[in-house]
Amino acid sequence: MNFSYTRATTVGDAIQAVAGDPQARFIAGGTNLVDLMKYDVERPGRLVDITRLPLKAIEQTADGGLKIGALVPNSDLAYDARIERDYPLLASAILAGASAQLRNAATTGGNLLQRTRCYYFYDAGVPCNKREPGSGCPAKTGVNRIHAILGASDACIATHPSDMCVALAALGATVHVEGPDGARVIAFEDFHRLPGDTPEKDNTLAHGEMVTAVELPAPRFGQNHTYLKLRDRLSYAFALVSVAAAIELDGDVVSEARIALGGVAHKPWRVPEAEALLKGKLPSSGAFEEAADRLLKGAVGHGENDFKIELARRAVVRALSQAAAGTPQVQSNKIVN
Amino acid sequence: MAQDARSASEPVAVTLSVNGETHSVEIPPSATLLDVLRERLHLTGSKKGCDQGQCGACTVLVDGRRVNSCLQLAVMNDGREITTIEGLGRPEELHPLQAAFVAHDAFQCGYCTPGQICSAVGMLDEGHAHGPEEIRELMSGNLCRCGAYTNIVEAIEEVRSAREAPTLKTPKLEAAE
Repeated sequence: MNFSYTRATTVGDAIQAVAGDPQARFIAGGTNLVDLMKYDVERPGRLVDITRLPLKAIEQTADGGLKIGALVPNSDLAYDARIERDYPLLASAILAGASAQLRNAATTGGNLLQRTRCYYFYDAGVPCNKREPGSGCPAKTGVNRIHAILGASDACIATHPSDMCVALAALGATVHVEGPDGARVIAFEDFHRLPGDTPEKDNTLAHGEMVTAVELPAPRFGQNHTYLKLRDRLSYAFALVSVAAAIELDGDVVSEARIALGGVAHKPWRVPEAEALLKGKLPSSGAFEEAADRLLKGAVGHGENDFKIELARRAVVRALSQAAAGTPQVQSNKIVN
Repeated sequence: MAQDARSASEPVAVTLSVNGETHSVEIPPSATLLDVLRERLHLTGSKKGCDQGQCGACTVLVDGRRVNSCLQLAVMNDGREITTIEGLGRPEELHPLQAAFVAHDAFQCGYCTPGQICSAVGMLDEGHAHGPEEIRELMSGNLCRCGAYTNIVEAIEEVRSAREAPTLKTPKLEAAE
């Protein structure tokens, strides 16, 4: 690790410092970036510390939603009274991820920007198209239990590891960013990207653009939600498959459904057509299976992760059942009902 | 951690407040808080287990919040209040969690113990653990390779429940031992 260090005092200064230096990176919680620097995967020449910037507030928006500052720690967000009350799906997803120590340090913006946990990406001694474009992808024929079954490419089968982002995708959040060319707002589904031929790009940010806030629309779905995370141990492990599900009922009938999958693709996986299949239907396992099949259409395994296709299908059905019943998955007692 | 062939980063002056004492050190920007605590300030209670934020042995409190000190750049903690295991109690006056770990035999080799105790202090201050089940979940960032988890949970639960019940504060806890 060999870099110069600058502490930014304004958002504008921070952006200017990073935009003007291709080797510069923003650092906030550092829980992923410092780790990757120790592995020699990330080698920034300059770090711009943004932790003292005034991006730590959670504010009400004019249309009844919340705007979450990019530097709000994951733990503060999960335990914020407004989030617990109005966006319990988000609180649940955050608490399903990482450890308490990491959630205390990790920030809202940083959670979006965390990189894949693909073993080959993390090992600087082997090829990886995400780390070194054009070098190859050993994961496709290697140890790929944790890898993608949807939206992967010939160049990359990595997954995005976040739990929080799966809930944000389901809730229809937007991402506020600022860069050298000004500010813009990105719909959550357009923030992360599929790998295609350029897996080195995790998202659609330009160099020097900073996430300044994440905005949630006005709350809905009441208790008809769940975050169901399936993994190799009960706590403190990345998802093999996770499901953020939310349902709005009009009487007995589904009027709106949201389903986002984690651990299966390069970004949280949503298929509007699958969600639309549930509209106007009574909640039933038959209807849930139909939606799950549509959501997983085109899923492909790579050997060790073949099991994820059926696991995801069943997890979607279970999650939709939990959401419809208004009995969200509890994140301390991991018994799945 | 690998140092590459490029010229060394310029040292930076950092002021750390550790266990109430102010320390001014000149360190490379790449120095982690854990390495500065151990190698420069000789506070070796915080342990280096995995050095990757996975085991929790390096857990300290920064402005009262538990974090993995191996993933913190020391320079970014300039001016912050750091509490390590050395700041929690003294041999003749143990912190209630230290006393409970001894009473419950909540360790074998002891390597993870400073991190376990700092983490438990942070967790009880956070106030989201209401029983053994939540203690297990919220302490999952602290691994114990000896497998003393059963006794660790019992030790923490004893202090937690004593804190929660106003009539069962420290004096009664000691009397019960």
